[in-house]
Amino acid sequence: MSVGAEAAPRREAGRLRSMADLYLTTMRLAVQQQFQYRTANYFWMLGMVAEPVIYLVVWTTIADQQGGSVNGLTAGYFAAYYIVWTLVRNMNIVFGAPFWEERIREGELNKDLLRPVLPLHYDIAFFAGWKVVVIVLWIPIAIGLSLVFDPTLDPRPAEIAVFAVAIWGAYLIRTMFQEALGMLCFWTTRGAAIFDLWMTTELLLSGRLVPLPLMPDWVQDVSRFLPFQWAFFFPIETLVGDLSDEELLRGLGAQLLWTLIGLAIFRVAWKHAIKRYSAVGG
Amino acid sequence: MNAIRVSWLFFKVGVLNELQYRVNFVVQLFQSAIALVVGLLVLALVYSHTDELNGWSQSELLCLLGIQILMGGAIKVSVQPNMMRLIDEVRDGKLDHALTKPEDAQVLVSVREVRIWQVVDFVTGLAVLGVGLSRITTDVGALDALAFGAALVLGAAMIYCFWLAIATGAFWVVNMWHVADLFDGVFQTGRWPIGIYPGWLRYSVTFLVPVAFAVTVPAQAVTSRLQWQTLVLATLFAVALFAFTRWFWRFGLRRYSGASA
Repeated sequence: MSVGAEAAPRREAGRLRSMADLYLTTMRLAVQQQFQYRTANYFWMLGMVAEPVIYLVVWTTIADQQGGSVNGLTAGYFAAYYIVWTLVRNMNIVFGAPFWEERIREGELNKDLLRPVLPLHYDIAFFAGWKVVVIVLWIPIAIGLSLVFDPTLDPRPAEIAVFAVAIWGAYLIRTMFQEALGMLCFWTTRGAAIFDLWMTTELLLSGRLVPLPLMPDWVQDVSRFLPFQWAFFFPIETLVGDLSDEELLRGLGAQLLWTLIGLAIFRVAWKHAIKRYSAVGG
Repeated sequence: MNAIRVSWLFFKVGVLNELQYRVNFVVQLFQSAIALVVGLLVLALVYSHTDELNGWSQSELLCLLGIQILMGGAIKVSVQPNMMRLIDEVRDGKLDHALTKPEDAQVLVSVREVRIWQVVDFVTGLAVLGVGLSRITTDVGALDALAFGAALVLGAAMIYCFWLAIATGAFWVVNMWHVADLFDGVFQTGRWPIGIYPGWLRYSVTFLVPVAFAVTVPAQAVTSRLQWQTLVLATLFAVALFAFTRWFWRFGLRRYSGASA
């Protein structure tokens, strides 16, 4: 009896240690692998730059036409917003829901199920490792864009610190919801329609398309109660905007809350989904 | 003449092949609808903050959007799938199959694939253009319509040349599809008047990737802002580009040694 009570915390500590080890090793593997493919990674990241540059030019043009600002947002703000956007967008690339279809169809999941921990852990760790590479590759892109577009950026140290945390919060929120959404693939092979709808809602309500203050008021109200903006607009705004300390903390709290909600949805869905799974291929 | 007959034959077979997969039509319809709704929402959002963008009214930009969607559809029906296949085949050596045929190789690699369901985008673009035109107060004259048709054909030809040049690059660089990936992003610049972009970008999307010739110039024609010099320039550039691509393709082909066999 007393032996068991003593062994339990030790077992718990051992489990945590091996989990940390799993994460670190997977991340290290991802870093090494993705640095090998740096050219491919670069082209991919450069391709993504076209989108924010277009938005940026459109809104800068409107701001200039109206004597310098739209709804109080200046050309310098837009430049800063869409440059930081490029990093946050990259942090939003996670193990996406459509990949679950492949995982099931190709029988990849069989292998994953033999492992002692959830595939979720590998996904989080692998893409987190990849992010390290992405952040390094992003720096020259950010410098280049800053030289061309002249951003107004004047963050306080606290804002920089919160930004460094918030981009990872964004990563976790997006991961949880994409993984949860991916569970649909256990029921249907035509999840793509739903994923497309989700992505579109995300595009409009997250701040990816425009800074949220440019949206009609009711859209801003709706998006306040959804996870999207906490994975996109909020991290950008910590650096670019003018948030108070209280708002910064509240934002981090919202990120934590949405991560946990996403995780809970995933856990419930996973429990039901895995019962439906029967191996194909492999 | 023979080239046209071969193209038509490939087109027919390709269409028959695609028609088997009818659900794909619904899928395509859905995706096109989403893309259209987003495009219209963005337009509405922009014009809720301003009355005109670089001298273009909302209806005029609607025409531009229509032409961009229409041209995008045309590219995805034929140009893009053919060129992606070419890039793949250079890599794994299957290009041998096309080269051993008695027809001109450039014609063959350009007509083998047809994604007929992408026609939905083409039709959507036409519809958007129609709505845009009906809201423009100035009349579109016969001369404008003629210029529009010419600009559209020239633009499509230039986009084809661009893609062939990129795909020919696969004879030297294996990972050419990363460059191909860039195209989708860059093509989105066509949704806005070319005049809003800073100089370096404007020249890039005119002469490096001919989006401006393919989308903006036809849109200028239907909104009566096209100068005849632009059309002459487009013609000259299209001819030059075609000649260059033809030469580049043959030059690249000499490097090809086959990999399977």
